[in-house]
Amino acid sequence: MNENDPADPWVLAGRPLHSRLIVGTGKYRDAAETKACLQASGAEIVTVALRRVDLQAKDNLLDWIDRDRYTLLPNTAGCYTADEAIRTLRLARELGIAQMVKLEVIGDPKTLLPDNEQTLEAARILLDEGFVVLPYCTDDPIVCRKLEAMGCAAVMPLAAPIGSGLGIRNPHNIRLIVEQAKVPVIVDAGVGTASDATVAMELGCHAVLMNTAIAHAKHPVHMAEAMRLGIVAGRKAFLAGRMPTRMYAQASSPSHGLIE
Amino acid sequence: MMDSSHTIQLNGAALTIDPGETIASLLQKLALDPRQVAVERNREIVPRAHYGETRLERADAIEIVTFVGGG
Repeated sequence: MNENDPADPWVLAGRPLHSRLIVGTGKYRDAAETKACLQASGAEIVTVALRRVDLQAKDNLLDWIDRDRYTLLPNTAGCYTADEAIRTLRLARELGIAQMVKLEVIGDPKTLLPDNEQTLEAARILLDEGFVVLPYCTDDPIVCRKLEAMGCAAVMPLAAPIGSGLGIRNPHNIRLIVEQAKVPVIVDAGVGTASDATVAMELGCHAVLMNTAIAHAKHPVHMAEAMRLGIVAGRKAFLAGRMPTRMYAQASSPSHGLIE
Repeated sequence: MMDSSHTIQLNGAALTIDPGETIASLLQKLALDPRQVAVERNREIVPRAHYGETRLERADAIEIVTFVGGG
């Protein structure tokens, strides 16, 4: 069922994983489409949000999501302060689903860019309370270094603003982050199409997290599959060791034996 | 001078409850599965094991949350 390469697992907070694609469960048309996209993506971990219960709702996400197949990763979407994020994750833990948590503290509603200062503050407290923290942050090597140093299980620098589909805005920084990190680097947010995910993997990232790229594609299930394949391709290319770039041409066909 | 009506705030909206209402009885009235929600009472998380014995009082601010789709 899962075509992910078993010979190339990665380890996140002590847990070996085969899929390098983590997907969100938001913005889909309905539960059926969500399920189909999750399946096509091959993801093993999916993010969920915590919200006030809808008293009119007929069912709950927990009714139809396959908890044997997917690990739920609660996020703190909508939180603008460290306090709000901490409060949200304590509630997630009370729900019994917080083995790993995605910490996101947003600084601005228009760009949804992370507030690194509040993220660092929240991470410190959450780590102290025993949470396994995957922090969403800017593509800033210094912030990533600080988050890793305090004990986060990964760093999750953005490609571009959430839902923007712009792809990796600063590949140089992502490369710097990958170089220095001893924990997994997961590009999170701003991915738009399969090649964006491929680029992330070619830069040496361990995994990619996305939601809108799949949910807002014209054919989400096809895009979920494209993402899965794009990530496998990017990872293989990375492991294959790409050729060097050159300023000038170098012929691919022999220069001798030309007819005259 | 007994005030028999109890009004609490539930997820930001006023709700009248019966005297003696507990979190457990409230969840039951709302047809919510206690295993699928987490509850805060006046900004403090109420452990599930205490739902049955936690009585709601006038002006309590209750938040009942659950997981939904998100990125």
